[in-house]
Amino acid sequence: MSSTGRSVGPSAPKRAAEPWIRANDPLLADAAREWKSAYVHIPFCARRCPYCDFAIVDESEVGAGGHDRYIDAVIAEIALESNFAPLDAVNFGGGTPSRIQPHQLGRVLGALKSRFGLAPGCEISIEVNPEDWSHAFAAGLVAAGFTRVSIGAQSFDETILGVLGRGHASTLPGEVVASARAAGFASVSVDLIYGHPSETTMSWEETVTTALELHVDHISTYALTVEPGTVLSREVHSGAPRPDDDIQADRYEQFCEASAAAGFDRYEVSNHAKPGYACRYNLATWAHGEYLGFGMGAHDHRWGTRSRNHRRLDRYYSDISEGIQPRLGSETLSTVEQDRDEFMLGLRLAAGVRLSPFARRFLDGDEGSRYLDAGIIRVDAGRLVVNDPMLTDAVARESLSLSAGDR
Amino acid sequence: MDQSRIRNFSIIAHIDHGKSTLADRLLERTGAISERDMKAQLLDDMDLERERGITIKANAVRIDYTSSDGVDYELNIIDTPGHVDFSYEVSRSLEACEGALLLVDASQGVEAQTLANAYMAIEGGLEVVPVVNKIDLPAADPDGVAEELVGIIGGPTDEVVRVSAKSGIGIDELLKTIIETLPPPVGDPEAPLRALVFDSYYDTYRGVVALIRVVDGSVSEGDSIAFMANGVKLTADEIGVRRPAIERTGRLSAGEVGYLITGVKEIDLIRVGDTVTHSPHGASNALAGYDEPKPMVFSGLFPTDGDDFERLREALDKLRLNDSSLVYSAETSRALGFGFRVGFLGLLHMEIVRERLEREYDLDLVATAPSVQYMANLTDGSAVTVQSPQDLPDSALVESIEEPYVKVMIITPAEYIGTVMELVQNKRGEMGEMNYLSTERVELHYLMPLSEIVFDFFDLLKSRSRGYASLDYEPDVYRVSDLVRVDILLNNQSVDAFSTVVHKDKAYTYGRAMVKKLRELIPRQLFDVPIQAAIGSRIISRETVKAKRKDVTAKCYGGDITRKRKLLERQKEGKKRMKMVGSVEVPQEAFVAALRIGDE
Ligand SMILES: Nc1nc2c(ncn2[C@@H]2O[C@H](COP(=O)(O)OP(=O)(O)OP(=O)(O)O)[C@@H](O)[C@H]2O)c(=O)[nH]1
Ligand SMILES: C[S@@+](CC[C@H](N)C(=O)[O-])C[C@H]1O[C@@H](n2cnc3c(N)ncnc32)[C@H](O)[C@@H]1O
Ligand SMILES: [Mg+2]
Repeated sequence: MSSTGRSVGPSAPKRAAEPWIRANDPLLADAAREWKSAYVHIPFCARRCPYCDFAIVDESEVGAGGHDRYIDAVIAEIALESNFAPLDAVNFGGGTPSRIQPHQLGRVLGALKSRFGLAPGCEISIEVNPEDWSHAFAAGLVAAGFTRVSIGAQSFDETILGVLGRGHASTLPGEVVASARAAGFASVSVDLIYGHPSETTMSWEETVTTALELHVDHISTYALTVEPGTVLSREVHSGAPRPDDDIQADRYEQFCEASAAAGFDRYEVSNHAKPGYACRYNLATWAHGEYLGFGMGAHDHRWGTRSRNHRRLDRYYSDISEGIQPRLGSETLSTVEQDRDEFMLGLRLAAGVRLSPFARRFLDGDEGSRYLDAGIIRVDAGRLVVNDPMLTDAVARESLSLSAGDR
Repeated sequence: MDQSRIRNFSIIAHIDHGKSTLADRLLERTGAISERDMKAQLLDDMDLERERGITIKANAVRIDYTSSDGVDYELNIIDTPGHVDFSYEVSRSLEACEGALLLVDASQGVEAQTLANAYMAIEGGLEVVPVVNKIDLPAADPDGVAEELVGIIGGPTDEVVRVSAKSGIGIDELLKTIIETLPPPVGDPEAPLRALVFDSYYDTYRGVVALIRVVDGSVSEGDSIAFMANGVKLTADEIGVRRPAIERTGRLSAGEVGYLITGVKEIDLIRVGDTVTHSPHGASNALAGYDEPKPMVFSGLFPTDGDDFERLREALDKLRLNDSSLVYSAETSRALGFGFRVGFLGLLHMEIVRERLEREYDLDLVATAPSVQYMANLTDGSAVTVQSPQDLPDSALVESIEEPYVKVMIITPAEYIGTVMELVQNKRGEMGEMNYLSTERVELHYLMPLSEIVFDFFDLLKSRSRGYASLDYEPDVYRVSDLVRVDILLNNQSVDAFSTVVHKDKAYTYGRAMVKKLRELIPRQLFDVPIQAAIGSRIISRETVKAKRKDVTAKCYGGDITRKRKLLERQKEGKKRMKMVGSVEVPQEAFVAALRIGDE
């Protein structure tokens, strides 16, 4: 936290916009299918975390004018995009969007607004690293139009922060939450990572308790994943202990119980929110909604096509300077394939996925009945729901053969 | 060619003593192969042979040789495999020859297959030329090894030829010895045709290619011929020799070795061991032919995809033409569906056949643990043979069970006698004779149950003797033993493909080990999977594969759904190689888990 702000302790949360809607309500999931959103990727980080495999660039390589040049390119890319609907949600992800000055982020928002328009109640969210935070920064974001902030807390245990390669003190995220409240953000979230081999049940319990005591509106909990090519992966391959699935399942259960008692609903495998605070952008992604993606390595999904941008900054810039969309590739999906994607994604939602013809065929097949009989899935109010979110991929995998046979 | 200028011989030895390399030098020295086309172990032309560096199948080749005094000779050489599983190939090759080169590695000395193959040649009445190979090696002891060789086949030590097949030392002298000491064939060129089919293979374009050794008379293209054992009459379409590339000669006469093509594509018309004659005017007595090889172990082969059953049958039919030792019959398993019970000459043979079926015929197979053939004497006085443990009748109906025993010969440095004896005793062996080959090397004889030999015995013997002991065995009698069947239950259901017959004293240990191994091999499923070993209704061991608790990725990859889907698809592909047994997914290697129990 910079010297511009002193911690004032967690203040009372602001009231939710729609406090009567629980995050796992099927009505919300249905609505989310229709939402239009935009994702803006900010690839800069002060340093790469040992577990991270996202598309990022080393800040020291881009130099002083690097950020401004990037923002200009993103704005240019927005201009290249064809017409879309007014946006229901905008998310700035990374990388670390908090490496960019609020007024620059505001320019991007402005470009989105003038190109597509913002729907009433549009959620405008940003991922931040607590180290970058200051009261001035917070005020700048609110002034630029941001309504939601997601803070990379990861843990409240110093030891775990250390092994995760994080540079902040365990008390800092609490100060950021308070500051964000004070600045007027409508929704505040923290990210947590669980299941590092050095983590104990006690340490996780403490992290969970601390997170809940911050009275945030939303918590994302991610099981530490060993991604190929990361420092973590190299360590594991040279003999360091690997995160254990059973322990991660225990940690997950531990969190779900505690957060439910504190009034959170799990609405997606890794996301939990108080009534009225489900993240729109998150919901829309899993509900098979359409989204545009801008920036290096960004992905988008519209008209049954999924495309992705260059993951290398020089390629991204050279396409932009030639006035063409900086696409690395794309795939156009048949109707059946789109149904399959909707199914595969929707399984992650606590509200489940609607009984599309594809879902019905799955249920009628051998695999579907096996999973029904085993109690792994259920049919509830016209939707197919995975009972144990920790087994979502097992179900998704089985459904893949179905699509292959019907192409 | 005049028979007096023909020499037919096989190269025989223990595995890896350099037979194929010696064949290379003979081909090279006589100019049969240009330097440019030369490569190591040229006759090992199958992919599997080259990958593993061993000969699997005997290979016959003709070369021309002009002696130092200017006389032209025709040499027919057969390079044979050394591994004990393929001794049937050796015995067939010897039938087509008057002589054999008995090769011994100068750094290893006489080993078990050296002896076994030497006796086979001597019993067949062949002239044996003793050759010490690899004399270039620093550890070579040519004199000591020559001494050992002479101890077996007699003759003076100075007649033992010393060569290095690798560097070419002594090859000229060896060629000279071949001409001088090996007898030429002595068939009657004027008598009615008699030619022995000593091998065959299937060529997609030409059909069945028979390799023949003409004993009497001669055969030309266009002749009407008959196969004497089954009476099939055909026309000789094409006749020639292998050098090793096929060379059409149109004719083969008494004493010669070559190939014969009739255009036949049916697998069963031409059998190895049959005699070819003319029709009409054929010979009246067929040549001796071969004993059918006796399979030592049996295993079930099942296509992973049930629809491939017919393709598997066709593949086996074709493979049998290249491998006359292959026997099989259809088998049904409750766990694995339709497949075949296949008899093999040993575990290496089993591995090779399976690999050839998968590669050459593009099949994906599940193999079950190998078993020997038992004989069950029933209480009603009848007896049944049992190739598959699952076929063993209910114990109440069984009076006694007999199992096959084999005569085992082990050659070992004297210092390991104690170790070997202990190992053999553990495996229910009974001591027989013991002979000293020299002061340091001993030949030990035992009678042992085959079932104790075929699995890990060889590996144990090798590791406990630091690689110095070698082993040969041949079938002997059947004897009553105290045997029981151990069944394996997955998720409370007995899985026939896992049943095994073992000695009663070892049943408990086996059951425990097997259940433990399966717990390692079977991946976690969505529910607990109990694994039990049982004798009859008595459970002797139990383990549980705990239900999987986490199978999900935490994050959304920043909207990269394509990546997420591809990841799932790859994982799904990996699962395809699993077999569903009831509702349990079982990986293929679990069905041969019994073989890997000794791994720990
Ligand atoms: N130093 C040396 N190595 C040799 C000599 N002859 C063969 N070898 C090596 O011994 C190994 C086995 O040779 P092969 O010719 O494949 O032996 P083989 O008897 O045909 O083996 P199988 O057919 O499997 O029984 C190879 O690595 C050869 O290079 C030799 O005279 N000197
Ligand atoms: C794209 S990152 C942005 C975080 C931001 N750069 C920061 O420094 O706080 C979003 C979140 O993904 C999670 N995450 C990234 N890699 C992960 C991994 N390998 N395993 C588990 N969670 C991971 C972290 O919780 C992280 O906060
Ligand atoms: Mg060889």
